[in-house]
Order: sequence, then structure tokens, then C-alpha cells
Amino acid sequence: MRTETPLVLAQAGADATVSTGEAVAFWVLGPIAVAGALCMIFARNAVHSALWLVMTMLSLGMLYMLQQAPFLGFTQIIVYTGAIMMLFLFVLMMVGRESSDSVLEVLRGQRLMAAVLGIGIAGVLAGALTRALTDVPPAPAMNPWTPEGGGAGGLARVIFQDYLFPFELTSALLITAAVGAMVLAFTDRHSKQGKRSQRDLVEARFRGEYERPSPKPGPGVYATSNSVATPALLPDGSIAPESLSSLIESTPTAQLQAHRKQLESRAAGPDTHALLDPEDGTGDGDAPAGAAATATEDKA
Amino acid sequence: MTPFLAQAATEPINRAELLADDPLWLILLKAVVVMLIGPIFTVVLIVGERKTVGRMQNRPGPNRVGPFGMLQSLADAIKLPFKEQVIPDTADRKIYFLAPVIAVVPALIGLAAIPFGGEVTIFGERTVLQLIELPVSVLLVLAGASIGVYGIVLGGWASGSPYPLLGGLRSAAQVISYEIAMGLSIIGVVLYSQSMATSGIVAAQAEGGWYFYLLLPSFVIYLISMVGETNRAPFDLPEAESELVGGFHTEYSSMKFAMFFLAEYSNMVIVSAFATTLFLGGGMFPFFGADAAINQGWWPALWFLAKMCVILFGFIWLRGTLPRFRYDQFMKLGWKVLVPAALVWLLLIATVRALRNAEGVSTGQILIIGGVAIVVVVLLMLLIPEKEIPEDEGVVTTSGGGHPVPPLDLKVPETTPRRKAVEARRRSEEKQQAELSPQAAGAPGEGSKEGESHGDL
Repeated sequence: MRTETPLVLAQAGADATVSTGEAVAFWVLGPIAVAGALCMIFARNAVHSALWLVMTMLSLGMLYMLQQAPFLGFTQIIVYTGAIMMLFLFVLMMVGRESSDSVLEVLRGQRLMAAVLGIGIAGVLAGALTRALTDVPPAPAMNPWTPEGGGAGGLARVIFQDYLFPFELTSALLITAAVGAMVLAFTDRHSKQGKRSQRDLVEARFRGEYERPSPKPGPGVYATSNSVATPALLPDGSIAPESLSSLIESTPTAQLQAHRKQLESRAAGPDTHALLDPEDGTGDGDAPAGAAATATEDKA
Repeated sequence: MTPFLAQAATEPINRAELLADDPLWLILLKAVVVMLIGPIFTVVLIVGERKTVGRMQNRPGPNRVGPFGMLQSLADAIKLPFKEQVIPDTADRKIYFLAPVIAVVPALIGLAAIPFGGEVTIFGERTVLQLIELPVSVLLVLAGASIGVYGIVLGGWASGSPYPLLGGLRSAAQVISYEIAMGLSIIGVVLYSQSMATSGIVAAQAEGGWYFYLLLPSFVIYLISMVGETNRAPFDLPEAESELVGGFHTEYSSMKFAMFFLAEYSNMVIVSAFATTLFLGGGMFPFFGADAAINQGWWPALWFLAKMCVILFGFIWLRGTLPRFRYDQFMKLGWKVLVPAALVWLLLIATVRALRNAEGVSTGQILIIGGVAIVVVVLLMLLIPEKEIPEDEGVVTTSGGGHPVPPLDLKVPETTPRRKAVEARRRSEEKQQAELSPQAAGAPGEGSKEGESHGDL
């Protein structure tokens, strides 16, 4: 890679030659980048969209590296795909996978503005592309090992000496944005209206502001089952109604009643088969359980 | 530009030229070896970790398969692909399949930029023990780490169930915050060595001393953030089994689970190799200098692996020693301790560097200025008023072992309302007795006795 002449690819046909490796890489990465961008727009799912964008950014980063700008390429990958898209994903994951865009228009005149700006950007892009295809001179070969050839040292000098003021302006803008976001999202947890602390919540629960002071009982876990749908048993062997979740298709009511009756009719004592199907639990299922119980008693 | 930078820049070109001359078969050979280092270390590490943690907890660890249980990993590796693949109904199938692959691939290529050693001859071909040489190869490792996290985050999201999603969310936040601290600690090394090429950093350490003591704060920050970055205990919050079942890989089984496992252990190998390169002098053996016979040929690769194994043992040691952090403590450590500390340290390095590069500033002057600065900072610290702890009315006084004890000046009330009531009743009864039967003399005495015993209760 070091021996070939890096060039602006748009100039390939004009007056310079591009090595085969670079051309192959371009024709592989270019379509991938474009396809990723298109899929990002047309994907239904927001997370899929974000992933297509990641693909576009990755192929752009690779293209930079191919153009003898490894620092730029890796920075693109670390900053854009690594940090910024990860933040996007973070937010999208919080939103939930089933949510889709609402078709209701909130901002008035949004479509008109979007159309005008879109046409404008398309015009700018077309103009730049035309210019790039006609009269941009080929870039000289760079050596990324030297500070002058795009190494980190040369880049640092350009940013922190030649363009220090714009750089500082940008950072001021970013800091303002960050502080603004913090101000908007800030809730004072020390004031009366603020977030309730753990202690406040405990007191409120015992004061009776919530349904019950303690959490609801969890599901039962027994030797015969460890499903979340298994109801928890109270000390007397009956089923704790709070342990049944309305979200989970748990034991049907009829089955529950039968089970209850079964428990009531039987003498107290642990029974590992208590959670079996009541149909065979009342009939022949009872006999082996009873037999097992007597067997253990005999042993004791 | 300073002459030092130019000099540092010319050094790796020789290495790079040597690498560029490699024939295709040699490149392929190196690529295969570099790719295999991760999986082989994974196999060894899993048994090693289980045995070591077992020893630390006074139990033998795996001891059934092979001599001393050393073939346990092989048995696991054969077992895992043959297990049933369970795919949840709610899973986003495409991404669910893609996630383990995304996690594994960067973990396998991450070692490409690590210089395992110096110049060697392989089958009559002179080359360097390194797959690729870039002017910014430090960034290659960082980029690989940042891509690898996508596997974890997407795996958590695509599983379509709450626990993996929580694990994925935690992982995303964790990596974003700890990558910053890690990057800042690496910037210290880059500033000091004036090179972003891994081989350049190793060469700079051979000349001027290893960075683990020259840049101790950077080293410590790197070590902490590297554990956070690889999701290892005590920072294994994305897969905290006591909170999230299995975290991001709860819904994964069979080969896909094995791939996550492979990625985790390969990442451990990568960050350890990276730490060796950045702070422990790469393949250099200390005390002898770069030209000694012990630092020529294949020897550096051995020293490199030895240093790497020491850090890997540190990972296992941590897991056997420390309990898991709570999530908010972990984030607090990252953002409120590591990042500010790294920034201050970076400022210090940059200042010293600038003073050294400036002409006409001697070391004595730097030391004097530094001393004055430290004295000023200490004096300013003394001016800060001590933080007053607001007194809480409801706090129970505690002393000695944290048990609630009554205060020393506690005033025990002479009477209680109950005792008063009893006394009043006794008196009224006495009065009644005296009115009804003046001849019964023993009754008042008994009544008072009864009252006292009631009062004691």
C-alpha cells in the first residue's frame, strides 16, 4: 500500500492512475456505503436504521485509510461508530422496539421546510460533484509517517495553532449544548417537589400511599417446577393470590380452585407433587404421593 | 516540529519497510498465528481461571477431564457446538445472529498491531514479529474495542427480553464512559513517547525507561479502565448473574454463547498485550539494554508473553478477590474519579513536555516552578473550610462497633406515666380500704407491694 500513489478517486479516469488494490477496495466499499445510507433511510426499525448508518461510517473510515489517512480513518471509526452511534443505540434501546414514528405532524410547515432544504442540499452536492469531476487537481502523495503528510503531529499543529480560534469556538458551542441539556434535564432531588429519596419512599409506603408496604411475593420455586408462572404457597399450603402475575399466563382459575380444594381435603404435610395437574392429582396421582409419604415416614 | 519527533518518526519506517517486504505466504502465516493466539489463550485461560479461583477459594476446581482437569476447556469446546440452539420468539432474528459475530471479529483482529518482538528470520526471510505496522496502530486497538461492544449491546437488544436488554444498556453506558478514561491514559503515553505507533512506543521505552513507573497514574487508570472495558469482575455489570441472570447473553445458547465467551477472553488477551506494549516495555527484558543477546531474535516474544500472562493473572486475581461494584458506584468511579484524574495528569505531562521542548529552561528551573506550584496548591487546600456535617435529629447515637448504645448523659426519668397511674390507684384503694374496713391493717401493705411489682413490669 505504501508504494502506490494515493489520489483523489474522482480523478481516476482523468490523468492519473489508481492501483488495482485501491480501485477494488473503492468499488467494494463505495457501494456498501451508499447501500447502507439508503437502507438507513428506508429501514422500518429505528435500531436497524442506526446499524445501517454504522455500516456506512465504517466503510467511509476504511476509504479514508485507503487514501493514506489512517489517523482520520481510525478517528472516524472510534468517534462516530464507537461513541456517537453507541449513544444513538443507547437512546433507541430505551425507547423500545415496538414504537414507531407517529404520523401526526407536530411542527407546522415542517414538510415544506424539509423539501426546500432537501432540494438545496441536493443542489450543493450536485455542484460539488460536478466540480470534483471536472477541475480538481489530483492531490499530491502524502506520507502519513511524517507530521507534514497527515500524521497526528501535523494535524495537531493545524488545529491548535493555525485554526485555534474556530476550534475553541466549536468547543464553546459543544459545551453550551451540554450545559443546556443538563439544565433541561435537571431535577432537584433536595427540594420538596424533587425526586423522592429511598427513605421518603419507604415512609410513604408505610403511611399507606401505596398498595402495600412490601413487594409482592415472588413465584414459587419447588423441586417440581421453577417457572415464573408457578404460584407461591402461603404457610398453610394455599396459594398466595398476589404471587400470580396478570401478565403471565399462569394457572387457569378452574385449575387453581381444584388445586385449592385438593389441598384443603388433604392432611397437612409437604407434598412434592402438589403442583401436578389436578386431574391426575385427585385420582391416581394421589396414591403414589401418599405411598411416598408413608415410605419416608417408615424410614424415619 | 521538534527534532525529537522527526527522529521518532524515522525509526519505525525501517520496521515498516521490513514488513512491506514480506512475501504473501509469510503474511498469511502471521495472520493465522495472530488470529489463533486469542482462541488458544481462551482455552488455556478458562481452565487456568477455574483452577486459580478454585485454589483461592480452597477447592480443587475442575479435576475430572484429563490430568489435573487440564482438558476441561477442550471438553467444553466440543460440548458447546452440539447443544441445542434456543432462539426466543421475540428475538430480532437477523441481529440476534449477527451480534456474536460482531463481538468476535474485532477480538480476533485486535492483536494485529501488537509488536510481539523484534527482528527475526522465518524460513530464511527477515521480518518483524508484527502483522501490520501503522503510524497510528494504537488507535487500531481502540477502534477494535469500540466495535466489539456492538456485539454485546446488539445481543442484549435483539434477544427481546428484559434482562438481556438491561445488560446491553449497562454495557453501552459502561463502555462509553470507560473508553474515555482509557483513551486519556493512552494519550499520556503518546505524548511522552511522541509516537502513535506501537513499535515506536516500545522503542521509546527501551531508550527512556518503562512507562509503568514513569507514567504511574496513566498506568493505574489504564489498568482500571481495561477491566471495565472487558466486562470482567468487579466491573462485570452487563452480565451480573446475581442481578440480571446472565445479562446480555441470557438468551444465547450453543455456539453463539461460545462466541461471546471467546470474545470476552480474547479481549482480555488484547488489553493485556496492549498494556504490555504501552507500559511494560513490550518484549524488552529489563536491566540488559536493547542490544543484549537476551533481547534479540525470538527471546522478546517470550518476555512479551510472560508479561502478558502476569496481567492476565491479575484479571483472575481480581475476580477471586473483589465483590461486584454497584452500578452507580461504578459510573461514579469512571466519571468523577478516573476522567478528572486523567485530565489533570495529562495537563501535567503536557506542561512538562512543553517546558522540556522550550529552549533555555533547565531541569532545575522546572523543579523549582513545580515545587512552588505544589506549595501554592497545598496552601490553597488549607484555605478550604472543613465541611460541616449537618446534625440529624433522628440519628441514633452509635459508638464502638456501630451498635446503637444509649448516650453517656442519658437521663432516666424518675417515674413513668404507668408508675404514676399505679401509685394513684394504690392510694385510692388505700383510701377506700380505710373507709370501708378500718380494722383490716395488713391490706395496704399488700396493695403497695403489688403496685410496685406492676411498676417494675
